[in-house]
Amino acid sequence: MTVHQLSVFIENKSGALVSVLRLLKQAQIQLIASTIADTVDYGVFRIICSQPEKAYDVLRKAGVAVSLNEVFAVELDDRPGMAADAIAFFAGEGISIAYLYSFLLNGKGVLIFRTDNAGKAAEIIAAHGLRVIEEKELDQ
Amino acid sequence: MSSNPNFYNPEESYSRSEIEALQLERLQATVKHCMDSPFYKERFRQAGLTPSDIRTLEDLRKIPFTTKQDLRDTYPFGMAAVPLDRCVRLHSSSGTTGNPTVILHTQKDLDEWANAVARCLWMVGCRPEDVFQNTSGYGMFTGGLGFQYGAEKIGMLTVPAAAGNTLRQIKFFTDFGTTVVHAIPSYAARLYEVMCEKGIDPRRDTRLRTLVIGAEPHSEDTRRRIENMLGVKAYNSFGMSEMCGPGVAFECPEQNGMHIWEDYYIVEIVDPDTLEPVPDGEVGELVLTTLKREAMPLLRYRTRDLTRILPGECPCGRHHIRLDRMKGRSDDMIILKGVNIFPIQIETILMQFQELASDYLITLETVDGNDVMTVDVEMKDLNIDDYGKLQALSREITRQLRDEILITPKVRLVPRNSLPKSEGKAVRVVDTRKKY
Repeated sequence: MTVHQLSVFIENKSGALVSVLRLLKQAQIQLIASTIADTVDYGVFRIICSQPEKAYDVLRKAGVAVSLNEVFAVELDDRPGMAADAIAFFAGEGISIAYLYSFLLNGKGVLIFRTDNAGKAAEIIAAHGLRVIEEKELDQ
Repeated sequence: MSSNPNFYNPEESYSRSEIEALQLERLQATVKHCMDSPFYKERFRQAGLTPSDIRTLEDLRKIPFTTKQDLRDTYPFGMAAVPLDRCVRLHSSSGTTGNPTVILHTQKDLDEWANAVARCLWMVGCRPEDVFQNTSGYGMFTGGLGFQYGAEKIGMLTVPAAAGNTLRQIKFFTDFGTTVVHAIPSYAARLYEVMCEKGIDPRRDTRLRTLVIGAEPHSEDTRRRIENMLGVKAYNSFGMSEMCGPGVAFECPEQNGMHIWEDYYIVEIVDPDTLEPVPDGEVGELVLTTLKREAMPLLRYRTRDLTRILPGECPCGRHHIRLDRMKGRSDDMIILKGVNIFPIQIETILMQFQELASDYLITLETVDGNDVMTVDVEMKDLNIDDYGKLQALSREITRQLRDEILITPKVRLVPRNSLPKSEGKAVRVVDTRKKY
């Protein structure tokens, strides 16, 4: 019930981001959603993309510090208040969200997030009948 | 060869009183011989000394120190105590910081040097059936020929692979069945990384058993890491071209301090500022007097290396004193905001973090008129998604460094293999501060 996300360590120097993007371009990897957490010393570039395992191998072989993680991708109707209701389920159970971002896929909203307790989060998703996106749906 | 099969020379088993009796005899002969050196003849005349003034080992302290500057000032042959036609070899330092220095050797000097290196290697279990691969630069750098002759003297099959060409080094390991390697610590780590990239497991695919490391200050944790990487025992070696090269001091199988061969050298540890002896067991500058050199004897040579004498007896049975691992050189010392810092202090902290790889770089720069230190450290494979952990890691490194060096450096985590790699001595400090 999760999708793969790449987390790439971006050094705080010019050209660091573009060199990662170029590697993905050369490997014909398509970005679906991405976000950069900017901090003083370095950034973490999180990416949902086509062929995440291949992307991971390409970056690793190029010496990029990267990890491949599983994150929840919950599909919501594209109308006001949907995110508030979904996140309330987790807040109600005392689950913290480490980070969250969203994008549109085929007219639906998708929330990508990571919690401090993946097992419990999965239970909440099942109990409330939230629809999670499968990896193969992203590749279409 | 000695009656103890672990000892290469009888002198290794000497008691303290036997060592000191031999030292006095050889010191007196050396001082007498120094009168054939124009430099020392003049030094003694200026100091109002004659060789007959040296009656006890304590009298050594009447003799003025010899410095690297003296070697530069007498470049190239002003220190020689034998005619040049009796010399058979010359080694010269690079001279990056001034006139180069020259060390001359007679054939007997070379034989003694080979004997000292052989004694060191024998001590850690090297035997004629071993295959010894030397990754030192050859030529002027004494770690090349010095180990070559010592290893050959034992009768090992010796591979003068020389520095660099890492893939070829690894091919030699597997093809020749190398069992003993001499490498500087940063290069040993590099060899391991390249082996991993090529799918070679040092334990499974090579016969490597013993590593000789030296020439680069390194912490105990660095040694243990390298031992674990390569599946070897790593022994610390100390030498310097002024004292021939390698073979001056070496660890025994106890791996607790390096025995310095006191039948070849008299050891003093002095305060680098006052030049007075430091109390037993305290850190100071190592000062050496050669006892068997023909071509270029050196009296009370200030090595600039900082170390201390380890107190107590070594369980190995040798009574030659043990030097602690070098704390750095007095000229490696960083002075930042009036605080004295040795790079090895920083390395010692960094290597305690399992999350970090072996490479790091200390940068000193002036930012907005303020001198700052940045420490770039390579991470191992960490979960990049866990930003909180990365932050906590750099905070903890910063805290521990501040506790050690009393200055708060800026710590930057960088990806593995992103710092410049060198096949010679690793560059650990870059100083771009404005000098006033």
